[in-house]
Amino acid sequence: MNLRRDVFQAIADPTRRAILLLVASQGMTAGAIAANFDTARPTVSKHLQILTECELLQQTQTGREVYYHLNAKKMKAIADFIEPFRAMWDDRFNKLETIMKQYKSKKNQ
Amino acid sequence: MERKTKVNAEDGKQEVLITREFDLPLDLLFKAYAEPEIVEQWMGTKVLKLENEKYGGWQFQTSDAKGNVVFEATGCVHEFVPNQKITRTFEMANAPFPAQLEFLEFESLTEDTSKLTMHIIYKSPAFRDQMMQMGFAPGLNMAHNRLQTIVSKLK
Repeated sequence: MNLRRDVFQAIADPTRRAILLLVASQGMTAGAIAANFDTARPTVSKHLQILTECELLQQTQTGREVYYHLNAKKMKAIADFIEPFRAMWDDRFNKLETIMKQYKSKKNQ
Repeated sequence: MERKTKVNAEDGKQEVLITREFDLPLDLLFKAYAEPEIVEQWMGTKVLKLENEKYGGWQFQTSDAKGNVVFEATGCVHEFVPNQKITRTFEMANAPFPAQLEFLEFESLTEDTSKLTMHIIYKSPAFRDQMMQMGFAPGLNMAHNRLQTIVSKLK
């Protein structure tokens, strides 16, 4: 299974993104999370399952209750994908700039 | 140092905005996109076709040292206005990604500086995120590094 790819599919869904925002500050039970949505409870459960499978959420058991928490490490991996992309373009554009500066000076000779 | 290239990719959107200011006059910046042999140098890929006109097509291909094709992309040109803009599609061959739409805008800042704005639109937010990840996949970087070696030898 391509886990990384699944992570991006997971956060592409608006409900799942809303769930991640909800549990960002504190752990919540499935019931408490579901109370924030108009969608049916099983639908929310399905979303929780997907988020847990791709490790964006972690579960902890307190007595009889299962709490869902945000996996900060995994979330950081998502935020980080923009920087390598930026660096790649920056690299390319630096190259473009260097090449065209040489082109210019050659032309002026 | 200030980051010259800026990337704006809002969470959950299917688009990305890349902006860059160059220490180059506008015509030189545009030339780097218009001349196949120059595109080859900075993109690190072979340019098989580059028809700079409405209804034109383009095709890039990168091979490894053994001659195996590691990257191929094609697209159509929708608009080509020298020193102003290029509108085109982009699609990677042999990859599970749909075509994307690219709007490139070139503008002059001063006599010696210019700015490029690339607005890329993907089929979905998920495809955007995956494509942004793919952008620095090993296959592409390999070609990139090889070019860097070639260019530094030329200096």
